[in-house]
Amino acid sequence: MEQTHKAIQDSIREKAKELLSSKKVDVIVGFGEGTLPLRATPIFIRSQEEADRLIWNSYCENNLATYLYKLSQFKVGLVVKGCDARSVIALSREKRFKHDQLYLIGVPCQRMVDRRKVKKAVKGEILRVGEQGDEITVEGEDFKKVLKRDDFLYPSCQVCIHRTPAKADVLVGNPAEESPLVEVHPDVKDFEKMSPEERWRYFEKEAGRCIRCYACREACPMCYCTECFVDSSNPKWIDKGLSPSDVDFYHIVRAYHQSGRCSGCGACERACPMEIKLTYLTQKLNQDVKELFGFETGVDPDASPPLSTYDIEDRQEFIK
Amino acid sequence: MPFLQSLMDEYDLFAPAQLAEGVSVYKKIDQTEEVDLSISNAQKPAKEIFFPQSETMFRYEKAGKESRITSTEEIKRNRILLGARPCDIQAFSLIDHVFAGKEYTDTYYVNKRKATTIIGMGCDHPLSTCFCSSLNGGPFQREGSDLFLIDLGESYLVELLTEKGMAFQKNKFFEEANEKEISLAKGVEGKAAEKIKAAIPVEGIEKRLDQMMESPYWDRVQEKCLGCRVCTYLCPTCHCFDIMDEARTNKGRRVRNWDSCLSSLYSQETSGHNPRPTNRERTRQRLMHKFNYFPKNFDRIACVGCGRCTLYCPAHFDIRQTIKEIQEGGDK
Repeated sequence: MEQTHKAIQDSIREKAKELLSSKKVDVIVGFGEGTLPLRATPIFIRSQEEADRLIWNSYCENNLATYLYKLSQFKVGLVVKGCDARSVIALSREKRFKHDQLYLIGVPCQRMVDRRKVKKAVKGEILRVGEQGDEITVEGEDFKKVLKRDDFLYPSCQVCIHRTPAKADVLVGNPAEESPLVEVHPDVKDFEKMSPEERWRYFEKEAGRCIRCYACREACPMCYCTECFVDSSNPKWIDKGLSPSDVDFYHIVRAYHQSGRCSGCGACERACPMEIKLTYLTQKLNQDVKELFGFETGVDPDASPPLSTYDIEDRQEFIK
Repeated sequence: MPFLQSLMDEYDLFAPAQLAEGVSVYKKIDQTEEVDLSISNAQKPAKEIFFPQSETMFRYEKAGKESRITSTEEIKRNRILLGARPCDIQAFSLIDHVFAGKEYTDTYYVNKRKATTIIGMGCDHPLSTCFCSSLNGGPFQREGSDLFLIDLGESYLVELLTEKGMAFQKNKFFEEANEKEISLAKGVEGKAAEKIKAAIPVEGIEKRLDQMMESPYWDRVQEKCLGCRVCTYLCPTCHCFDIMDEARTNKGRRVRNWDSCLSSLYSQETSGHNPRPTNRERTRQRLMHKFNYFPKNFDRIACVGCGRCTLYCPAHFDIRQTIKEIQEGGDK
């Protein structure tokens, strides 16, 4: 894995330098070294000299498409994984940017490592982390542990079948094999087995930890409303405290607003400081949209998102 | 456990508890089993005990021509805050300046604060993100605690530090500590102090920031900030709130909820004008308030070095790095 990462990293840097020197882009949005083990951080590179700060590893977990709204004045070179590229296509369908504004540096993704799961596998603070082949080595003050990488991947990455970015302007690395590690998202699988009452209890328990920091909303490229319904004061749709009815309402609307738009990248769940499970809802909706309408977000750039198009022939059997 | 039960018989007990694996908060304890003192620092800081995220200020009701207001100010039962770490406790002394300072008295905060005995706890496993010792704190700082616990493995060494703490002098669960235990505690304390390696250069940062209001540095700082509220809500010293009425036909309540300077709504005026229109002004505000305005007003930096903002930021913004960069003059 470390060689794959190294090769990708080299190609990203090389491409970034080329794009910046030829002034094809004003800024490259990619990943830089984090200050803590198991973390990478979004960086914005504006000159060739800085391009060597770009990195690639198992912790490039953010969906960088979320920064596009801030960069509407610039030509942007965006480093994208498969899921991020699908968000870009979905955003493009929603006319969120001009086509010549964006250059996609596509990384065939090796699936990202779930830093929290890794942390929970050891006692004590992880101070160093390394990767050899399909193993992750974590070290602390008085421990060293080797973990099997495949056992520590984000749920959304385990089910991913679009690792290679579609419609990228350049691919840095060989296309990845598109088969899922598990057929069904593990949390969706559990959720589907539950009775409606159990589902509600599970949802309430998860949402019950919400502190309304809106990190899930901000991390998501598709959450770009100028005024989110939770922030509107006239009319006021929702109160701002921690009453379960308000918190639940936020989470339900957030999830529903994503159906047919969510790329399943999992950025919302990774952003949550309270570790609230979120993707079991969005991924379940994705599955439903796929089954009912044969649509997957951002796979076919010409396909119309089913929930934002109207057709006289639309099936209506769900209207009772 | 019998000790915890005895506390609950007499007080409302607040302590860290896990809500899910690895996710904890300080909350009112209903069952002694909920208390989890093994957590080195809960996600949500202990400020919540005095300044809840969402708090009813009063209730109102209108029946015919009569209207009735019910106060929620009074704290009916004394409280214990158990297991708070020195960083969170130091943060109380900072928020005190705002809510219980010379200019204003916030009844809601002060009533809870007065009714509470704080049982602090030595932080024997500080993380690499901790830098309390750079901000006049330390993993075993006693200041602000009424009693102080040091984990000796099989037992706790308890120090009674204030009048409120001395009320526990005759507590039947406490035994006189012997010399071996006292020296063991010293060992634990020494080891923890050694662990905090990060020395963050905060000296003179206020003056440095005086010169940086219009610095291009803020353009760089704001770039990766998503504009969520994680760092402010999880910060033990952030204390902004917003007041709203939650009304239903003839009755309702006035509520105050935590608010965050990183939200665009925070500074938006009724006219629609926003004096902090972009992330640049908002991230600058967050840092300026902690390292410039607060020191100007109260002669203290509004950061205790708990590391939460660094640990939980979804974009991995590291405040230690930012402090260093500011001290080096930003981007120049």
